[in-house]
Amino acid sequence: MLRYLVQKEFLQIRRNPFLPRMILMFPMMILLVLPFAANFDIKNINLVVVDHDESMLSERLVKKIESSGYFRLAGYCHNDSDALGMVELGKADTILEIPYGFDKDLGKGSVPEVLISADTVNGTKGGLGSAYLTTVIQDFSADLLQEIQPISGNRKSLITIESQYRYNPYLLYPNFMIPALMVIGLLLITGFLPALNIVGEKESGTIESMNVTPVRKLTLILSKLIPYWVIGFLVFSFMLVLAYFVWGLAITGSLLALYLAVLLFVFTISGFGLIISNYANTYQQAMFMMFFFVMIFDFLSGLFTPIASMPEWAKIISYASPLRYMIEVLRGVYLKGCTISDLKGQYLPLGVLMLLFNSWAIISYRKNS
Amino acid sequence: MHTLSAFVRKEFHHILRDRWTLIILLVTPIIMLVLIGFAMTTEVKGTTFMVVAPERDVSTSELVQILSQSVYFTFAGYLPDEQAIDSALRQGMAGLIVVFPSHFASDRTNTGTSSVAVITDGSDPNTAKTLTNYASAIMLGWAQKQNTTIQNTLSIGIETRLLYNPAMKGAYNFVPGVLGMILLLICAMMTSISIAREKESGTMEILLSSPMQPVVIILAKTIPYFFLSCLNLVTSLAMSMTVLGVPVRGSWVALICVSLLYIFVGLLLGVMISTIANSQLVALLVSGMGLMLPVMLLSGMMFPIESMPFPLRLISHIIPARWYVSAMRKVMIKGLGFGSILTELTVLACMSAVLLVISLKKFKPRLE
Repeated sequence: MLRYLVQKEFLQIRRNPFLPRMILMFPMMILLVLPFAANFDIKNINLVVVDHDESMLSERLVKKIESSGYFRLAGYCHNDSDALGMVELGKADTILEIPYGFDKDLGKGSVPEVLISADTVNGTKGGLGSAYLTTVIQDFSADLLQEIQPISGNRKSLITIESQYRYNPYLLYPNFMIPALMVIGLLLITGFLPALNIVGEKESGTIESMNVTPVRKLTLILSKLIPYWVIGFLVFSFMLVLAYFVWGLAITGSLLALYLAVLLFVFTISGFGLIISNYANTYQQAMFMMFFFVMIFDFLSGLFTPIASMPEWAKIISYASPLRYMIEVLRGVYLKGCTISDLKGQYLPLGVLMLLFNSWAIISYRKNS
Repeated sequence: MHTLSAFVRKEFHHILRDRWTLIILLVTPIIMLVLIGFAMTTEVKGTTFMVVAPERDVSTSELVQILSQSVYFTFAGYLPDEQAIDSALRQGMAGLIVVFPSHFASDRTNTGTSSVAVITDGSDPNTAKTLTNYASAIMLGWAQKQNTTIQNTLSIGIETRLLYNPAMKGAYNFVPGVLGMILLLICAMMTSISIAREKESGTMEILLSSPMQPVVIILAKTIPYFFLSCLNLVTSLAMSMTVLGVPVRGSWVALICVSLLYIFVGLLLGVMISTIANSQLVALLVSGMGLMLPVMLLSGMMFPIESMPFPLRLISHIIPARWYVSAMRKVMIKGLGFGSILTELTVLACMSAVLLVISLKKFKPRLE
């Protein structure tokens, strides 16, 4: 019985003019387009300079900043308010104001003050931008010091800091985002689609005819889910291949650990989809409920911003997000070389959520309602 | 005019009768805005750090103490040796690891310098960079203090001024973005289903055989949702001002104008999808799933558009949310007025005109 029903579902998916195309296009979009966009890398910060000094030295400083690679000179302004105007219009992100007498003061040994004003509407960008600028200016003064006293004998008890970035030494942002974006793809295919499919039967009334057949509840549900599980696995594997060939992103951990998590995740999410489909009577209701929860799962999963920075109550909600664990597993397996034993902390809660969602789905499902 | 108002009233009845959908439509944006607005922050606070110190002495424990006193770090214990670093990072026990060399104190007194390694989990590049910056600044500051003999000749004083958002609150950046995303997606999803549903249930025939013009049908489908969306806008703005503490510093008139225009664009986008799609399923998949990721990632709400490669920057121009988010940041956070958002207003107005024309063109007055 189940076999024929699954066959029927596959046929319906294939005949739909839109679904197969979307199922194919979606992973492509996720892997070929979005990683370019999902980039927090702070580069090309537009800098506007208010140079009151207009000396050789101030010019040299600006040259040095330009050659650092992080900044793009958006222009010079004569006063602060013009520069602020540029920031307001979004033409510049950071203002560097060099005081009058910068060159002379440095020569005399007093400390001239430069002013950095950073647009911090985007806190990360503003913060990192001003930090980069500070570093460049400090380097600049160290350069000057070197020129005057090449061997500084009395530099006692300093420390140098060596920074090491494990797992992603070149700090490539795509390496961080791609595993997480794959999870979104899997979520939409194995969570959204079966739920919408079941609700569709409800709305068009064909579920009634299924209810009067001798098909059992469980068989009916399974026949709806199995095709999407199969598609989910295929699409996920396709994404792994794409990630490898397009981005050169290879798994450093164990593939088995990855697929174990996929298995758990797919069951969890399709259970969740079933709950939604039990409560919704129309496409519209189903879609809005899905949308609501998916958004919350997304944003509280550490996909975009680290969970560690969230307020306590948000951290607690994030424990209920299956995406959180899945993203941790993928990032772990891709970048950190995690194996099954490293990921116990993710499998366990995912398993609990799976049981919870699926039992809820079964309880809330009434074939004869 | 009379037919239009009658039709609008009928649509209102439809919406009001479906209690559940109505509640979902009105409550969703509020909850999402508050949850996401609070949770989305890139501030680094209380990251756990661990220390590898082969020889513990006064200076290493002083450094550990100084690090754990800052708001950024909490001390999570010592690691026995460097082999333990990997598993500590992998299992997420620590976000940052400080490794002292074996002769830290004696190196400093004898040779003058000593190096400390700061190891972070680079899989999240931004957090790693920020953590490293903070930790180095704290440790270098400590070393500087120890070291009073050095004369600071030729040093440049740096004063930093943080504009618009001195407390560096994440909400200031994300709330306009989240608002733009939610409004657009909800508007598009609401109307995308409207005409597709008529087609699917067969009532389209009746509509087509009535003397109504396509433009009247389209308007009648959008007007009730327009009111609903305005309600959503009001509650969302109230939430962001009271609960999230994001002020509206600029002109209210500009804010309302751009928001209404944006809602209209969102609704028309849904209508356009609806006239092209043949079934509710397709309409919803396009407006929900299809729009979600591009709007999230290409609107600049999260990732700066300047960092994107050129082709994507071009594509971002056709995402309505990009213009709205930029306008809202200017008005809400930077406190600017009408004059600064003229570009955004023009673009959104053009978009709504284009969408309306496409919808009318694609609206088939005949059944297949």
